Amino acid sequence: MTIAIPVDEGGKTVCVSFGRAPYFLFHDDGTGNTRVLANPAADSPGGAGVKAAQFVADAGADSLIAFRCGQNAAQVFSASNVAIYRAEGVSAEENLKALEAGRLPVLATFHAGFHGAV
Amino acid sequence: MKISVVSGKGGTGKTFVAVNLAVTAQDAVYMDCDVEEPNGRLFLKPNVTRELPVHILVPHIDSVRCTGCRKCVSFCRFNALAMVKGKPILFPEICHSCGGCSLVCPVGAISERPLQVGAVQLGYVGSGKETRPSLRIVTGVLSIGKVSAVPVVKATLDAGAALSYDDAQADVASQMVSVIDCPPGSGCSVLESVAGSDFCLMVVEPTAFGFHNFRMIEQIPKQLGIPCAVVINKDGEPYAPLEAYCAEHSVPILARIPYREDLTEILSEGTLAVKADRELARLFEQLLRAIVDGGEA
Repeated sequence: MTIAIPVDEGGKTVCVSFGRAPYFLFHDDGTGNTRVLANPAADSPGGAGVKAAQFVADAGADSLIAFRCGQNAAQVFSASNVAIYRAEGVSAEENLKALEAGRLPVLATFHAGFHGAV
Repeated sequence: MKISVVSGKGGTGKTFVAVNLAVTAQDAVYMDCDVEEPNGRLFLKPNVTRELPVHILVPHIDSVRCTGCRKCVSFCRFNALAMVKGKPILFPEICHSCGGCSLVCPVGAISERPLQVGAVQLGYVGSGKETRPSLRIVTGVLSIGKVSAVPVVKATLDAGAALSYDDAQADVASQMVSVIDCPPGSGCSVLESVAGSDFCLMVVEPTAFGFHNFRMIEQIPKQLGIPCAVVINKDGEPYAPLEAYCAEHSVPILARIPYREDLTEILSEGTLAVKADRELARLFEQLLRAIVDGGEA
């Protein structure tokens, strides 16, 4: 199973933004492999959430851990059967452990977009 | 002459200035481009004679023909399309109606279909018994739940321009005053509203917040090369940084509308200040003259 996490510069901490996170961490819990890839949507003029979701789905992720996620991205994830979990704390590693232990809640509320605001 | 009325900050008094200016001009067209909350009609109470729907084109994807090649997805600069498990997903509210996806689709699976995003209401102020209404009102209304105001702003401006040429000679029309009540802020829909105008009137509140927003909005007419001037609303104590900035950058301050509680009361009742208050009537006459004379000189 592949788990995706939007991460900050350095790849260790969960980024507060999903669509405009600079990187995505992909962790394969079967092999234990972790890759950090640049998010192609980070500097998108619009629709960053859609593009980032497309990227995560194309990378073969089965689950996403994030602090928040927009409605459009959630629609892409729903179509591609990617489960979304709410991150707890900033450490990407701790979140992976928490997910494995079944301690992360499912993210069920999706925002309508911030569009430049934070 | 088209006069756009802007203010960076909402609640500064843009509509207040725009409607009173239009009424003062008498033979005029008032265009409400603040399509998310077109409030000018609350003061002008127009008789609406026609309503024109505003459509945008959005892609329609024939999922049987679609081969899932993703050319449309990679083409869309605004990421209004996604492709999951070989099936396209469309986000019409992100779409900018460029039509590019239908052009790049190699199998002709994408066509464009109209989607209504708003309406333009045409009307006039008067009893209807006049041979020719003096003040015509064009109101752009963005449909509830729709996010992009620009198409409705464009349609409002087009309808307003057509109206000012409707039954008048071209030379008369060019003299006719059009007042464009712009949306708040300094985004795309404001740019669209200001771009075609001959003069930009910036309503400013003499506060730190008002000054900050003025500095943002002031870039628009400057960069578009449109002559502009300031009206200070809710004037009391002069706000020194604003006064200094206008003096230094030669931005004329054409009027100062005093902060008066009774004006707030007039406003809250939906009454036109120039009808209810002599001082304001004079002020707006002088303001209009300063703009029109200054614009011709």
